[in-house]
Amino acid sequence: MMEIGLSHYLVVAAMLFTIGVFGIFLNRKNVIIILMSVELMLLAVNINLVAFSAFLHDLTGQIFAMFVLTVAAAEAAIGLAILVIYFRNRGTIAVEDVSRLRG
Amino acid sequence: MIIQTIMFYAFAAVTIASAFMVISSRNPVHSVLFLILCFFNAAGLFVLIGAEFLAMIMVIVYVGAVAVLFLFVVMMLDINFVELRQGFLQYLPIGGVVGLVLLIELVAILGVWTVGPEAMTPYAEPNTTLGAATNTEALGALIYTKYVYAFQAAGMILLVAMIGAIVLTHRSRPGVKKQNIGDQVARDPATTIEVRKVPPGQGI
Repeated sequence: MMEIGLSHYLVVAAMLFTIGVFGIFLNRKNVIIILMSVELMLLAVNINLVAFSAFLHDLTGQIFAMFVLTVAAAEAAIGLAILVIYFRNRGTIAVEDVSRLRG
Repeated sequence: MIIQTIMFYAFAAVTIASAFMVISSRNPVHSVLFLILCFFNAAGLFVLIGAEFLAMIMVIVYVGAVAVLFLFVVMMLDINFVELRQGFLQYLPIGGVVGLVLLIELVAILGVWTVGPEAMTPYAEPNTTLGAATNTEALGALIYTKYVYAFQAAGMILLVAMIGAIVLTHRSRPGVKKQNIGDQVARDPATTIEVRKVPPGQGI
């Protein structure tokens, strides 16, 4: 228990990922919180990659964690841009009736 | 060692707690602030494990860019958040069940799974060092040689995201006066100056 091993980090990442999934279910109407939940899930993935990278002495994991971070930043930018134009058109961000977004 | 253990548990606990507050807090502004706290503590975990460069990137990119972007959007849009909170409890049971199942599965995997010794041996010569003194130097030595194409692809992704965000949110508003450089350059005396004969004692 005193020695911090790989599994400690993996448990933290698993809990973060679960909280992210839970957040998506919990805040089904508020797309901003959904985007934040996605960020939390990507953070959990990053923690996994970095933990494996450190404990297996292989830097590749950290490099790919950086790429995940890049994609997360791009995803947040595009997602929020879509959110802004959706709000401009509809006046709300309730995503329950997003099926009207088509066309 | 004891300090590291204490720090790990502190960072991990604050990370998990603030992640929970992100999804459960009433005010989205508080959610964003808890997200920032969560990222800071995850960066602390990265420092503990020896990935300093990634920790700093984490703070700069997530806290400095992504979280501020969220904050801008939350504060810029005039959203009735009370209305969005309705039905919060309606989804609680199904979300709880799915989350619980997922967590049990993940922890169950961890319970029976260990890194095989043969998996460790190929990396007994760690490329963590690569003759470099610091984590940043080692990452740089690897990313600009072996993973240079992936690095370029990451740059392309960012470019596409930037252009996409601008194209999506840009709108040309009517009635806004802007400088039109083409028109300015195309002006010549023939079209702009008019010589009028003014009779004495009268105006035009």
